Amino acid sequence: MSVFFLRRILTLVATLVAASLIIFLVLDALPGNAAQMLMGADASPDAVRALTVKLGLDQPLAVRYLLWLKGMAVGDLGNSYVYGTPVAGLIAERLVLTIPLAIMSMLITVVLALAAGIYTAANHNKLGDVGVMSLTQVGIALPNFWFAILLILLFSVKLQLLSAGGFAGWDDGIWPGIRSLLLPSISLAVVQAAILARVTRSAVLEVLREDFVRTARAKGLGKREVLWRHVLRNAMIPVMTVMGLQFANLLAGTIVIENVFYLPGLGRLIFQSIANRDLIVVRNCVMLLAAMVVIVNFVVDVLYAFIDPRIKVANL
Amino acid sequence: MPSSTRASRWPTCERAADRIRRHRGNRTGRAAATGFWRRALRHRSFVLGAVLSLLVLGAALLSLVWTPWSAYDIDVASKLHPPSAAHWLGTDVLGRDIVSLLLVGARSTIMVGVIAVGIGLSFGVGLGLIAAARKGWTEELIMRMSDFTFAFPAVLSAIMLAAVAGPGMVTSITAIGIFQIPTFVRVTRGSANAIWAREFVLAARAAGKGSFRITIEHVLPNILSILIVQATIQFALAILAEAALSYLGLGTQPPQPSWGRMLNDAQTLLFQSPMLAVYPGAAIAIAVLGLNLLGDGLRDLLDPRLARER
Repeated sequence: MSVFFLRRILTLVATLVAASLIIFLVLDALPGNAAQMLMGADASPDAVRALTVKLGLDQPLAVRYLLWLKGMAVGDLGNSYVYGTPVAGLIAERLVLTIPLAIMSMLITVVLALAAGIYTAANHNKLGDVGVMSLTQVGIALPNFWFAILLILLFSVKLQLLSAGGFAGWDDGIWPGIRSLLLPSISLAVVQAAILARVTRSAVLEVLREDFVRTARAKGLGKREVLWRHVLRNAMIPVMTVMGLQFANLLAGTIVIENVFYLPGLGRLIFQSIANRDLIVVRNCVMLLAAMVVIVNFVVDVLYAFIDPRIKVANL
Repeated sequence: MPSSTRASRWPTCERAADRIRRHRGNRTGRAAATGFWRRALRHRSFVLGAVLSLLVLGAALLSLVWTPWSAYDIDVASKLHPPSAAHWLGTDVLGRDIVSLLLVGARSTIMVGVIAVGIGLSFGVGLGLIAAARKGWTEELIMRMSDFTFAFPAVLSAIMLAAVAGPGMVTSITAIGIFQIPTFVRVTRGSANAIWAREFVLAARAAGKGSFRITIEHVLPNILSILIVQATIQFALAILAEAALSYLGLGTQPPQPSWGRMLNDAQTLLFQSPMLAVYPGAAIAIAVLGLNLLGDGLRDLLDPRLARER
């Protein structure tokens, strides 16, 4: 038990450190100096040098990297080069939007995918199965930002039910906020759900072929009962693996979708910061997104062990 | 999917049948090839996928020699024309012909896809083969590295690259290519490991062949079909990523037409000319759907054992 977790946690920490190193090297060590970038090509060398010292960019690379790590540990990410305000605050403001968006999309994804996957597996090779599977094939091929635009065309331009973009905030209660995240999360979820539905279907079908399913049927359990009690739990492993991997796509997707709907989330922040050459914000945002992906996959790994204790033994 | 566990569950008789089939394929190569095409033409998703993919490829090739109008000439006087005999799908906000833009866009899409998948294939297959051949800490290191690359989706690495090197086609190709590597590493290593466990590899080793020769002469030819299927599917993913990056302004830059960029332009005009946002997206969806169906079809045709699963 403890060895299993210890190994996983060590891997997690190593991965996070490696990710931070790569991000740091790409964003801070590659050509040009952040100060020069900020001030433009024709700034006077003296001014650039002054800004370099002010931003602490004159220190050696290793020192700056360690300072950044230390800052992350205590929650001080430094100040934005452009706004002068703490980066942590800037990010926190945006997460209020991005995290609910990601959670809503994941919820819609899971509900749609499990419903479609279980339905098609239970009706294997019947008309409903073929129909839903063709739909998922189309769903996988849709670029999520195009689907988002189509949703805007339908609900905002034609039916005029929902606004085409912007975020109402959480100040007037929860509903206006959820309403403005509805189209974005649906457009993120539909494509992911199409993939997950196919995974669910084949996982359920695989388990349905197992001997214990026949045994359960033979001892008199109904089809429905076998499906819910025995099959689903065993089919969840591949489904959860894919869900974990999809979370990475989902976060990358929020960057795109936030731009479609003009939502002031993390994705927009990254883009503004790239435009402003505010590399310290970009660096911390990218680190945050990468860390979320890594941590979610870590949680999935650990959850396996709870769903299927055999895995723990196999991975020791 | 845990393909290794599935393979171990196959009863011996099916493995034997598999071996016989491979033998037969080797003996009469041409007969096997015609058999493949006969089966292929009956396979619905393969045919549909091939038709759609050829459509996109044809559009790209056509754009090299002919487009109805120039995709680069700006003619603001005739902007936002509705579809007509002269402009079949109308014109965009700069007066460019939509059909011409779509045709040239197919070219950028295919180019980015081919190069990005090429990067993924060459690095990914190389590393995967090394991991399978050398085992031990080399394998461990390569697999950990590829696990870790999963933490950086194409959009994220493109953002990092764009922040330092500026946006552009090279940035997006590099980012998508890097993102493709770990998938190819995993697929290659998984299927190569299965080949390394076969008797003919043992025989080759007994005959004195080194791991490099075994990899080239025995492992690679035997996993080729799996790699072709994977490359087809990765191509579709690359097209989606390229479209997203161009849409965000990180990929293909104007005036070079690209489908993602067209969607970005169209979005500001949703109320005036909604159809402008429909065509490029449909083009992307057709290309991706075609490649996905083609990949699924190829998998069924090249590995009939899996056909039963679906």
